[in-house]
This record gives sequence, C-alpha cells and structure tokens, in this order.
Amino acid sequence: MDLTSVYRAEYGRCVATLTRLLGDIGLAEEAVQDAFAVAMEKWAQPGEEVPRNPGAWIVTTARNRALDRLRRESTREARHAQALLLHQPEETEEVGPVRDDQLRLIFTCCHPALSPLAQTALTLRLLGGLEVPEIARAYLAPEATISQRIVRAKKKIRDAGIPYRVPAEAELPRRLPPVLTVLYLIFNEGYTATTGPLLRTDLSAEAVRLARALADLMPDEPEVLGLLALLLLTEARRPARTAPSGEIVTLAEQDRTLWDRELIAEGHELVRRCLRRDRPGPYQIQAAINAVHTDGPASDWTQVLALYDQLMVLTPTPIVALNRAVAVAEVHGPAVALAAVEELDIPGYHLLPATRADLLARLGRTDEAVAAYTEAITLATNDTERTFLETRRADLASGRCRS
Amino acid sequence: MHYLMSVELDQSGPRPTEAEQERNFARVGAVNDEMKAQGIWVFAGGLLPYDSATVVRVQDGTTTMTDGPFAETKEQLAGFWVIEVEDLDAALGWAEKCAEACEAPIEVRPFDGLA
Repeated sequence: MDLTSVYRAEYGRCVATLTRLLGDIGLAEEAVQDAFAVAMEKWAQPGEEVPRNPGAWIVTTARNRALDRLRRESTREARHAQALLLHQPEETEEVGPVRDDQLRLIFTCCHPALSPLAQTALTLRLLGGLEVPEIARAYLAPEATISQRIVRAKKKIRDAGIPYRVPAEAELPRRLPPVLTVLYLIFNEGYTATTGPLLRTDLSAEAVRLARALADLMPDEPEVLGLLALLLLTEARRPARTAPSGEIVTLAEQDRTLWDRELIAEGHELVRRCLRRDRPGPYQIQAAINAVHTDGPASDWTQVLALYDQLMVLTPTPIVALNRAVAVAEVHGPAVALAAVEELDIPGYHLLPATRADLLARLGRTDEAVAAYTEAITLATNDTERTFLETRRADLASGRCRS
Repeated sequence: MHYLMSVELDQSGPRPTEAEQERNFARVGAVNDEMKAQGIWVFAGGLLPYDSATVVRVQDGTTTMTDGPFAETKEQLAGFWVIEVEDLDAALGWAEKCAEACEAPIEVRPFDGLA
C-alpha cells in the first residue's frame, strides 16, 4: 500500500483519536501530520515497508511527537494538553484508532453551534481527509470560503468549549440531522468524486462505515437506518455504474447481474424495518426509491414518482424537484418533465442542463439538446462525467442518438 | 468554563404591565434558584431600561460623556447571567431555560479570561 492511500484511509481515524488524547483538534491535526511526515521518511528507506497496521503506528507516533512538542512549549493550552496526555495510562503496545472517537468527532464537527457549511466542511476535512479544493467543489463554493470556514469552525470549537462527546439521548433529535447530511455528502463525494476518476471508493466506504457505526449506536432512529439503507443500495450498483473502459453506464443500461446482491438484500431489509416503524423521513424515502430501483428486472417508475411526491412534501429543494422530473419523464413523458425542469434554477449544477439535454433529445429538439449538453460539459468537473456528456453530445450531433 | 448569557429586548415598545413583570421575575427567579442549587451560578442581573445609560469616552486626554447607550438600536441589553459549566452543551442547555423564562433569545459567549 502506498503512502497516499494510507493517508487517505487513516487520516480521519487518527485525528479523531488524537483529538481525544490531546483535547484539541488543531493540536491533533498537527501531531498526525508530524507523524505522517516521519512515516514518509521512514517507510521510504530501503528495507523498510508500510507496517501492517499503519493507523496504530501513526497514532502512537503522533502521541509521542505531540508529547515532545508540548514539553518544549509552555502555553496554557500546551500544559493542558500535556496533562491530558500524561493522564492516559501508559500503553506498552501500539494502540490503533478507536471507532468511538470518530463518532465523538463527527458530533463535535456537526454541532448546531456551527454553521451548516462549516459542519460539513470540517467533517469532510477531519474525518474524510478531503483537501479544501475537493470540499469546495462538493459545495459549489470558492476555496477561500471553505478554508476560512474550517479555520473559523476549529477556533469556535476551542474557544466556545464545544465538547468532544456523543450527545445524550435527549439531545439526539436535534443533533442527529446535521450528522446524517454530512455522512451523505461524504458518500456522494466518494461516489462522484469532484476531481480525478469517478469513483473514490475509499470515501464512500468510509461513509458507509460511519453510517453503520451510527446505526449500531442508534438502532431506534429510523432516519439513521434510512441513510444506511440509501448508501448500501447506491453502493450496491457501483460495479455496474461504469463500463470496463471507465465510462458511465446509466441506470436503464446497467447490467443488473453486476449489482451486489448482498448489499441490496441488506438495504431492502433496512427499508422494511423503517416501514414497520412508520416514521418516514427524507433518507428513508430516498432509500425506498432506491429499493424500488433495485427490486425486480426493471424500475417501477410509477412507484418511484409517488415516493418523489412524498419527498417533495418533506424537502422541497430544486435538486429533489430535478430528480422527480426524471421520474415524471418515465411516467408522463419527456414534454411534461421538461416543463418542470425549465422552472428550476440551480446555479453551477451540471446535472440540471444535462437532464434538460436528455429530455430535449428525446423530444427530437436536437439543436437545443446539443446546446444544453455543451452547458453541462462546461459545468462538469469530473473527467468521467464530462466524457459521458461529450459522448452523448457527439452521438446527437451525428444523428445516432437513441430515440 | 465561564459563559456570559445575555438577553436583549426591544424596549422601544410599551413597557410590560406589572402583572407581566411579576410573572417574568418569578420565572427568571426559578431559573436562578435552579442554577444556584446546581452550583453553576456566578452572577446575574437585570438592567434598567437603556434611557438610564451614559457612555463615557476618553480621547486624547479629553473625557466626554453622552446620554444614552452605545448605539440607538431597537434591541438593547436587558440583563445577563454569568455561569460556570463544563462545556458549551451545558451552557446551551441553561440558555434554553433562560430563553423560555425571558421569552427572548439568549446570546451565549465564552469568557476569554476572568479578572
């Protein structure tokens, strides 16, 4: 395993554990970065290799480096952090990152005293190990804004005394929704990476892992189960989502035998559990939509549309309206769907012109479709998606479009 | 940690009736008692309306005094609590009780240090 993938996989876990050990996110990040710098040098030596449990090595090294650094400093924070570190029982063997630490950190990052944008940016940075440009892309926001939000959020956590713990049961109803939003975003970043290749499996896997941990911790929260089901049912289709050559395959054209039946079964079981609880929420409905898509040989679009209608009542956002329009096209035809799409305005979002292009093409309005594809291509930042859109546009232009 | 919880009220409208004020005092008093029982109460007080305020400025050795608050805004500081609790979550929990008692929003800010 090369160091970049070790970094990607272990960064968040190590920062979470070091935050508990040091009592401060900034110090934890510094310590983990220090440890990675040491690792980079050490593991590149001839005869050396990446240890079997690199996370444990990083945590132990980061802890020791932090202690050395704190002993040299004499600020109030340093003394406080040193006291915390020394309070930890002396461990004789290497200690790996602790799963609960990540849950603690995610609740801290998603604290309601932070702005929604800061919550997600911070979680993606600290737990997902994403770099600022990637987060900016995911949010359609300038890099400077994101970087400023992260700095400010870390400062507020420290200054305002936002605690590092999983909230008490009574606090959960209002503490949970931002956590779910953030996990969903991390998953999406992994599913449609903003830069580079389309599938950033590690991020999606990370989101699924965190969602599973959350479902373990809160088995009675239907929206947690709904989110997990949504992620699993989306993840299940990953193997069919790109062709061997790398290009995107649409849902209708996917080879369903490639879908992960185990994940689908698990997702369907979760959706059934949610239905029994009868406390519907946005994630449960989206999971149900994906359950319909993964049930049987073809999607039942009437059922999908009915679920989108429900979703629009709970979360009437332009993105939901756009997705609903795709279902409308299947049930009532592209003309009705196009009318709905043309009312929408989602600045910077390439899937709006891409959807419009597809509907226009199906209506035989080729010139307008080509123009809409061009608009979508300009907005798309992911290479694979751009190639997909370019192929569609070229097919249209040469008159080989599907009817 | 020490937190300041302040309440700002729109004092431009009609003054509350005596009955309203008494109910208010009773509710706030109950929160104060609870804080003291929990040992987190440091200090609290209500302020007279802003027309009782005076601003003192010293500039280049000259002192000027002006009638009125810092700024003639509609919302003016009406009272505050200083509490000492474990973390922001605990402070926010108390702020919720205070906001209910005062029927007004509460701003929660940590102290940078105490003299």
